[in-house]
Amino acid sequence: MSYRTQAVLWIAQRASAAVLALCVAVHLATIIYAVQGGLTSAEILERTRGSVGWFAFYSVFVLAVTLHVPIGLRSICSEWLRWRGPSRDVALLLFAALLAWAGMRAVVGVFA
Amino acid sequence: MKVRVQRGESVQEFEVPRQPSQTVLDVVTYIQRYLDPTLAYRFACRVGMCGSCAMTVNGVPRWTCRTHVDRVGDQLEIGPLRNLPVIRDLVVDMREFFDKWARAKGEFRGARTKADDFAKVEPQSAQRVLVDKGIECIGCGVCYAACDVVKWNPDYLGPAALNRAWTLVNDVRDERNPERLRAVAGDAGCHACHSHVSCTERCPKHLSPTAAIAGLKRAVAKAVLQGDL
Amino acid sequence: MRQHASYWAFIVHRVSGIALALFLPLHFWTLSNAMQDSIAWTNQPLVKLGEWLIVVALAAHLGGGLRVLALEFLPWRDWQKSLAAAAAAFALAVGLAVALAL
Repeated sequence: MSYRTQAVLWIAQRASAAVLALCVAVHLATIIYAVQGGLTSAEILERTRGSVGWFAFYSVFVLAVTLHVPIGLRSICSEWLRWRGPSRDVALLLFAALLAWAGMRAVVGVFA
Repeated sequence: MKVRVQRGESVQEFEVPRQPSQTVLDVVTYIQRYLDPTLAYRFACRVGMCGSCAMTVNGVPRWTCRTHVDRVGDQLEIGPLRNLPVIRDLVVDMREFFDKWARAKGEFRGARTKADDFAKVEPQSAQRVLVDKGIECIGCGVCYAACDVVKWNPDYLGPAALNRAWTLVNDVRDERNPERLRAVAGDAGCHACHSHVSCTERCPKHLSPTAAIAGLKRAVAKAVLQGDL
Repeated sequence: MRQHASYWAFIVHRVSGIALALFLPLHFWTLSNAMQDSIAWTNQPLVKLGEWLIVVALAAHLGGGLRVLALEFLPWRDWQKSLAAAAAAFALAVGLAVALAL
């Protein structure tokens, strides 16, 4: 992997971290609000289904997660598991695909 | 007091008289002169200027000539610097440390000759201030020994080499700069640093390789985004 | 071997990251299902505990991440050493807030 690719990964990691910081703050605030309000799942779904805004927000959230988690795991694999090279990167790409699929499935389920 | 010294695979215990104002280097020297002449260790200036006497004292890499026994207690455990191959006893092979320095393009090259006028470098300019913050490194290896990423990633250039590269990136006279950013980027370079800050914590000259490496990360990112790399 | 605050901040950041990486697929899957069925099963104490642990991990990871971003992007100052403490305090605060909410 070229140094340029590694530099781009670093940029992507910091950028997605900044996006996630925002998304997580909004998400936590919303969850606390929903739980404290004692909303039932039916009530929650009433508010979320068909909401284009929330759909977009959580899709961005999932995208940022799909970028951020595998790049983070990459260092852990090479440093703590001594797993380097193409097999590690392929495994991480597959994990990214899993996160994207599972994440969007949840987003569609709640907001579509 | 009892002093335990790492010698290869085993630990040897010595009984050393306790003196006022005693440094760990005094202790090691006493052992070699009066108890066991086969003990190998390095030192030179013994006054905190050369960095040759760096060793692991009670788990922490330090200059032994500047480590008073009063400060670390008299349950002493002395070993060679970590992360470097041991030649014998307390002496390590520094070649890899300096090879990485070279790989990080840690050497100055100017474009001017004797025929040109002097380079004018404004001492208070932003770049020179950054250089001055890191320029006092004497290559003692303490930061390298303190760094966990060096331990986990054998190719990692390490804090000292990257700190020196940063001083050269900011040296307006140096002509190797886009090349140098390429040398310090990537998994073996600045991007491997996770800001443990152990290097800065242990540096006997109070330098901050963490800050230098952060600077390199920003410089590389900027160069990549501008298409310069 | 003694270690200093920034080292522990890194360890917490990395371990919480691993926990989140392992948990997130589960979280996505549970969410899809909980929204289909009743959300009542999420009131089980074990699930509540799991969700609380995840929030604490999230807060810890976010705190640690903000520390890294500060170190990498802000001009170097001595107070940067205290960032580890700030990150920990932040995580604790969020954890308590959510515990109260739950």
